[in-house]
Amino acid sequence: MSILNNIRIALRALKANKLRSSLTVLGIVIGVAAVVALLSIGKGATQGITSQVEGMGTNLVTVSSSRMFGPGGGGASSTSSLYYSDYEAITTKVDNIAGIAPYYQSQEAVATTNRTSNYSVIGITPSYEEVTLQTIELGRFLTSSDGLTKKRVAVIGATVSSDLFQGLNPIGRTIKINNVDFEVVGVLASKGTSGFMSGDSNVLIPLETGYAKVFGVRARSNGKYTLSGISISAASAESTDAVISQTETVLRSQHNLGLNDDLGFSVSSQAQMLSSLSSITSTLTALLGAIAGISLLVGGIGIMNITLVSVTERTREIGLRKAVGAPRKAILFQFLVETVTLSLIGGVLGILLGAAIAAIVSFLGLITAVVTVDVLVLAFTFSAMIGLFFGIYPAWQASKLNPIEALRYE
Amino acid sequence: MIEAKVITKIYKLGDDEVHALDGVSLKINDGEMVAIMGPSGSGKSTLMAILGCLDTPTSGEYLVDDQPAAGLKESQLASLRAHKIGFVFQQFNLLPRTSALENVMLPLTYDGTKIKDRITRAEEALEIVGLKDRMKHHPNQLSGGQQQRVAIARALVNDPAILLADEPTGNLDSKTGAEIMSLFQQLHNSKKQTVVYVTHDAFIARHTERIITLRDGKVLRDEINKNPIKAGTPRPDEMLNNGNGKNGAEVQQ
Repeated sequence: MSILNNIRIALRALKANKLRSSLTVLGIVIGVAAVVALLSIGKGATQGITSQVEGMGTNLVTVSSSRMFGPGGGGASSTSSLYYSDYEAITTKVDNIAGIAPYYQSQEAVATTNRTSNYSVIGITPSYEEVTLQTIELGRFLTSSDGLTKKRVAVIGATVSSDLFQGLNPIGRTIKINNVDFEVVGVLASKGTSGFMSGDSNVLIPLETGYAKVFGVRARSNGKYTLSGISISAASAESTDAVISQTETVLRSQHNLGLNDDLGFSVSSQAQMLSSLSSITSTLTALLGAIAGISLLVGGIGIMNITLVSVTERTREIGLRKAVGAPRKAILFQFLVETVTLSLIGGVLGILLGAAIAAIVSFLGLITAVVTVDVLVLAFTFSAMIGLFFGIYPAWQASKLNPIEALRYE
Repeated sequence: MIEAKVITKIYKLGDDEVHALDGVSLKINDGEMVAIMGPSGSGKSTLMAILGCLDTPTSGEYLVDDQPAAGLKESQLASLRAHKIGFVFQQFNLLPRTSALENVMLPLTYDGTKIKDRITRAEEALEIVGLKDRMKHHPNQLSGGQQQRVAIARALVNDPAILLADEPTGNLDSKTGAEIMSLFQQLHNSKKQTVVYVTHDAFIARHTERIITLRDGKVLRDEINKNPIKAGTPRPDEMLNNGNGKNGAEVQQ
């Protein structure tokens, strides 16, 4: 009894009950599509976040005051303020630093003559370009002379450029930040993704200009200039841990904190951030996949149900097949092939539907879903296993029918 | 050749034991055509199941072409059915939505015949029963008599040692029933096919040279019928009242 022959018999039996077979397949289609779509979206989200974090530069150590994610306004508690002098101390006292970039970040109204919108305005030094791996698309980056002369110049992110200038060349044009005129001298290349931590919605200005003309008293505490954070690029991946501990030591001595006092700043490496973020996203992905898996399980129960009905309906056929010489295993195999065929058809259609959903989600720009081969293989194998698992019981029921009784079944 | 030696079959119904067969011995030689007769409850269906290797006796021996068939495992019985037995049923039992040709090919899928030989052999079997021109038809496009002939072709396709028929004319009117009996006689005479059929109808039984009568699980008579009825001969009662003499059985449309 060849497999091919069995598949032909199975297809014929499934074709005989088209509506029933397609409804059964639908259960699997929905399950597999949900698994593929959700896992792809989860993977896409993970990759997006990972590439954004990696896009900030490897070996990157970030020092941030607790104010960084808080409201951008002033009145920060003096104990947790990061001072410009802290940056200077770190620069001189910490070894293995390849680059260091202090910055002050604040949400500001940015306007052209006819558009106003809120963006993250960041006061930076020229080293920001190298430390956070920015690339200039148009024009130039900020220079140290821009800072020294407190020039009112700005480099804008790709999203800001397209929002405010609608495709016009922004170089040389004027934008108002907090009602102060700035000349746009450069546009950053897009980092490809939007949303969380992307640089595309930033407006960069010289730190000195910012202190003098934009941030005002908010950037001052106890008469000293404050910072939102300091980005440090360590000389090598191996030295990041040393850079972190030395930076913490410097900060403790700068702020007169004992070893057991709460530091009040976060000093973290890119790698730590990446691993904590990816553990969150992979947990989420697994959760989504598990929820989708439940619907696949329900689809499998549907297959079992229909196959049990089909075994009952075809009792006489089974009796006849046995009477003309079919051994138990041939009957078992016949019904197993039927359920596996159902689930595989459902698997293929489900993969197509799931990939289509992922494509639509990406197309709408919600999340760039990534359909990978391993997800497809997983979904396909899982659906085949579902067919096999839920087919075994009905097939076994069919195979153990007594031929004499089966033939007399009405 | 098939041979049964002192076969018993006991069913347990709760605490009661039902002796469906109670020491049946019979021997049917190659090329013989035999009718097994008896009222309902006489054990003829049980005997059919054992002769057809669908069941095994409680005690006794059963040989098909000198191969012992009593006390075999299910898989071994299935193999015997696939190679040695051809079964014809009262209800035809053709697979619906399946062509006559594929119905006839069914036993060959279980006996190891190569795919390319299956079609040739099924066509040959359909030619024997005179339905070569209908082999693409589905059962619902065939008359009752034609369906039973397809079923007979299916029983013949594996070239069985014995063709067993369980009330083969039971669902047919007397004219189509006569066609089936004529086919059996033709298989018996020209192909020397061993044919055994079960009937409760004495007229149908008298179409053979040998009639075995069962009663209460025992062989009551095993007699030679010197003048078998030639298929197509009208029933005596038909000649009397010109009615449909099939004991009140309905004519199938």
